[in-house]
Amino acid sequence: MSTIVVAYSPDEYGQVALARAVEEARLRDAGLLVVNGTRGDALVDEHFAHADQLAEIEQALATTGLPFEVRQTFGADVGDQVIEAAASSGAELIVIGVRRRTPVGKLLMGSVSQRVILGAECAVLAVKPD
Amino acid sequence: MESLDLLLGGLGAALTPENLLYAAIGVILGTFVGVLPGIGPAMAVALLLPVTFGLNPTQSFIMFAGIYYGGMYGGSTTSILLNTPGESSSVMTAIEGNKMAKRGRAAQALATAAIGSFIAGTIGTLLVAFFAPTLADIGVDIGAPSYFAIIVLSMVLVTSVLGSSKLRGFISLFLGLTIGLVGLDLNTGQPRLDFDQPLLADRLDIVVVAVGIFALGEALWVAAHLRRRPLEIIPVGQPWMGKEDWRRSWKPWLRGTAIGFPFGAVPAGGAETPTFLSYIAERRLAKDGSEFGEGAIEGVAGPEAANNASAAGTFVPLLAMGIPVTATSAVMLAALTSYGIQPGPQLMDTQSDLVWTLLASLLIGNALLLVLNLPLAPVWAKLLSIPRPQLYAGILFFASLGAYAANLQAFDVFLLLVFGLLGLAMRRFGLPVLPLILGVILGPLGETRFREALTISGGEVSGLFDETLAVILYVIALLAILIPQVLGLIRRSRTNEKELVSR
Repeated sequence: MSTIVVAYSPDEYGQVALARAVEEARLRDAGLLVVNGTRGDALVDEHFAHADQLAEIEQALATTGLPFEVRQTFGADVGDQVIEAAASSGAELIVIGVRRRTPVGKLLMGSVSQRVILGAECAVLAVKPD
Repeated sequence: MESLDLLLGGLGAALTPENLLYAAIGVILGTFVGVLPGIGPAMAVALLLPVTFGLNPTQSFIMFAGIYYGGMYGGSTTSILLNTPGESSSVMTAIEGNKMAKRGRAAQALATAAIGSFIAGTIGTLLVAFFAPTLADIGVDIGAPSYFAIIVLSMVLVTSVLGSSKLRGFISLFLGLTIGLVGLDLNTGQPRLDFDQPLLADRLDIVVVAVGIFALGEALWVAAHLRRRPLEIIPVGQPWMGKEDWRRSWKPWLRGTAIGFPFGAVPAGGAETPTFLSYIAERRLAKDGSEFGEGAIEGVAGPEAANNASAAGTFVPLLAMGIPVTATSAVMLAALTSYGIQPGPQLMDTQSDLVWTLLASLLIGNALLLVLNLPLAPVWAKLLSIPRPQLYAGILFFASLGAYAANLQAFDVFLLLVFGLLGLAMRRFGLPVLPLILGVILGPLGETRFREALTISGGEVSGLFDETLAVILYVIALLAILIPQVLGLIRRSRTNEKELVSR
């Protein structure tokens, strides 16, 4: 059975990525690996899911009947954590929610999505919220 | 009433636009560092010490006063929203405050902390204005033996009351006393512990020691624990309080002030004990005790008021006797001496303008805090998302700059690194930092008085016990060490008996 990795964060980008990944998993008859990463170098990281947020998505995923795993990771780069999770699970697809940004914004802020798209060994599906 | 006139005069001097600007900068910087756990007001004052070299003493003290109160207030924000006390004195606030926030009452918890801090700080500062001159009058008559006894007492009290382990406290204190010895003996000109380094013979700069231990030590410690699981923050809007909250808060505010101020004013130091006592008192007095532990507003109002009142109280020994009892006031004392101002009982007379302007600026800083912090609480919460590498890079920059600027000696930067490593080691082995800083500052002060007393008595040790006050103080110091030990022994033997019975 193949695996789809979802780069998840507790915001609208994570939501659309997760929703799309569930659709893809049904089509491909695949399992889901939800990765929620953080650099862990600040006291508070709003992209890192709280315990109740995790419980919420676990509950939502359980109702889909798909096999799934939710994983929270630490490391120097969140993009690398997603790529690493995909490589170790032999994933066929990574789904990630991307932000609309201007080139200057990208230069200043860096981008997890960019890193994943460029570094991943499998296909990457970049989705955007409506 | 004379005090009141002088205080009004001080207010007049402090209320210039320029001074208000420095007060505002101080309050903002203080809250900034107070919000971030690990960076206390002492570190902020130490880091900013070199920045103020260009200012006149009054302005820099206005800024320091703002930093001090801002730091005390900032700690409560972190306690309430994150359950991570930024300061040891906000530990009690975290207990009820975080529970309140979890129940969706973060706004009320922040408001009662801010208003309580304001009220306690204002009453406390007014009390300082009335007590400090009286104490200073008494202080002028105190002889060298008693002065030495006061210093011994405050070192013993601060070391044994704070922290969990007395042994660790005293290790830290004696490290500090040793550091305080480095350099030329002030009386005889003999070099001590200078390792034949002419630069060390010049005595160590307290700024370098303080910045090394506080800032560099903390930065290295954080670097060693860089990646940790992020904490769950409770989102907050505008702080506000309902009628019911006001009704439940005002008594704890006043009681907290009454408990906190004496603890700051007696050279016993630390806001830990009064916040703890205030919490216990509120819990006992509560009509419905069951709410405690679930987020009772009294449990935030009382300790927060106590901690600010005790912060104000520490100005009594600082201004009247030249004795600091907290790390922040120790660094402020160092700043005072760097302006060539001799701290001690004469300070109220020789520098009365400075003293009254300082007290007045404490009042102003306090009012500014309330104005700034109530609307800005959500902004302060955002600070917690700053990544540590960026934050500490900035701190290291200011630390090195400050160490170099103190004397324009590259050697001081090397010393900074040495003390930074010492600070890291102390954090690793759980040694409290405050006794060390007190040792560095009070050590030389005490030594001078010790030598004076011995000179007067012609070298007879009995000269140290010449004054009744000195003897009383030594007895108190002895009791402070012995009583907890004896109580501990009794308790242990009791539990042993119980165990025997239960078998």
